[in-house]
Amino acid sequence: MTRVLIVGAGPAGIRAAQRLVTAGLHPVVVDEGARAGGQIYRRPPEGFTRPPQTLYGSEADKALELHRCFDRMLDAGQLTYHPRSSVLALGAQGAQVLGPDGVDTLAYDKLILATGATDRLAPVPGWQSAGVYSLGATQIALKSQGVALGRRMVLAGSGPLLTLVASQLRKAGAQVVAVLDTAPLTTQAAGAFGMALARPRVTLRGAALRAGLGRSYHAGVTLTRIAMNSTGPVAIHWQDARGRDHMTPCDMVGLGWHLRAETHLADLAGVSMAWDKVFHQWLPLTDAMGRAAAGVYLAGDGMRILGADGAELAGKIAASACLQDLGVPAPDTERDLKELRRMQRFASAMQRAFPWPAQMVRDLPADTVLCRCEAISVGDLRTTLSLSGPEANRAKSLSRVGMGRCQGRYCQLAGAEVLAAEAGVPVDKIGRLRSQPPVRPAPISAYLDKGPDARAK
Amino acid sequence: MTGRLVRLAEASRPKVSFTFDGAVLTGLEGDSVLTAILMSRGALRQAEFGPEQRSGFCLMGACQDCWIWQSDGARLRACSTQLQAGMRLQSAAPDKWPVGDDAP
Repeated sequence: MTRVLIVGAGPAGIRAAQRLVTAGLHPVVVDEGARAGGQIYRRPPEGFTRPPQTLYGSEADKALELHRCFDRMLDAGQLTYHPRSSVLALGAQGAQVLGPDGVDTLAYDKLILATGATDRLAPVPGWQSAGVYSLGATQIALKSQGVALGRRMVLAGSGPLLTLVASQLRKAGAQVVAVLDTAPLTTQAAGAFGMALARPRVTLRGAALRAGLGRSYHAGVTLTRIAMNSTGPVAIHWQDARGRDHMTPCDMVGLGWHLRAETHLADLAGVSMAWDKVFHQWLPLTDAMGRAAAGVYLAGDGMRILGADGAELAGKIAASACLQDLGVPAPDTERDLKELRRMQRFASAMQRAFPWPAQMVRDLPADTVLCRCEAISVGDLRTTLSLSGPEANRAKSLSRVGMGRCQGRYCQLAGAEVLAAEAGVPVDKIGRLRSQPPVRPAPISAYLDKGPDARAK
Repeated sequence: MTGRLVRLAEASRPKVSFTFDGAVLTGLEGDSVLTAILMSRGALRQAEFGPEQRSGFCLMGACQDCWIWQSDGARLRACSTQLQAGMRLQSAAPDKWPVGDDAP
């Protein structure tokens, strides 16, 4: 039987698996989570009791349906599932997978990558402090653990998650003292029109959440710095749209500017990447159905940041492409493709509404930590330019920006922005960091012989 | 310092004991290691390249900010490791690595 490996068990991976199972295949699903669902529909551990309505709000039915869909396939033995497992590398023998029992190689004929996204981050002076988290982290803590990451919280950045997480935290009883959006009202108004045309209900729901934040919400903000003492943040300094300085005491800051596609494995699989002006990041090149390289298919936010609804559609479509290429009858995708194009129009308008804060990053003071992993400053990277030239990989070799434990996931875009500003070239000319295996750190012990007594005393 | 986190829900789960840097702490069944420690502490570890402390960042296994260690030397990612009763955790790698007969 054809071996199809799906990486990721979020909305895209689950829908891809469902379509393959329906066609009579038995896919193998590898996922880092303890339970399938992905991030936005993340499930709390067993024994937690909040109802889906509390966890997922207006999306509760979709989340439940997706979880049930996966559990049904698992219970019926229609797929093989490796939870708590990370694909580290892709090679001729297959995928190298790090699981709870060490490293194994899974051979495959076709590969569907549904690796999702992480927060897209811009550095703010002081962001290296304990108590500064990504917006995604802030939501995960609430959803999967029922905790707030601080007592006096400030959320800052831009994009749909900013408003959503602030509203969810308020509703759950957390104290969110300010919501600081770097997008000016002008771009928001320009983008809102296209958003409303493509998805009127979703746009209205977002506007209602925003209205609910009241006077704690500020648009057109410039973040100046996070003041900290030895234990964590004590305040955030910011400028409002009219240039007036403000200081908001807090003990937690959540930061994020939309999402950044997780493309490391696609890169290792030989997929071409191109700078995407709309999403302001490097994205994989695929055909309309997600075909990305020989036998490699992409779906979900790891391909285009279209959110959970778009990811479900893309998962189904990529599986259909895979089935077509195997010569297996596949469900028609015309309607799904049309829906996906609508998601794309919405997402593009949203990117216009809530842009990447390029100027703020270009203006960062030299002593700002750019690489959180190894405390490399903006000034260090600027100094590197005369030695490395304006190229991301050479600048990485010489400055180590992008070489730390996160492997460039949280500094790459800001680093490129800093280099581009210093060199006076467009940001895409700086290039992109080549992905290096293992794409997750792996302990040496995971590679040791796993014979029955090998690890016994 | 008191804990960084605040429980907003799901507070009636059974208690689980563990140690962190030698101190006996209590978490709840289903807590991640990160949640359990930060309910009682302000940070997970000292940054190795700067003066500040660290308490995790992405909570989805991507940033690797939340690495801490078990007393046998094994490293873990606090955000994605579920708390187990009796865990002996520490904020820094053991200064003397277990060798020979002490090895796990």
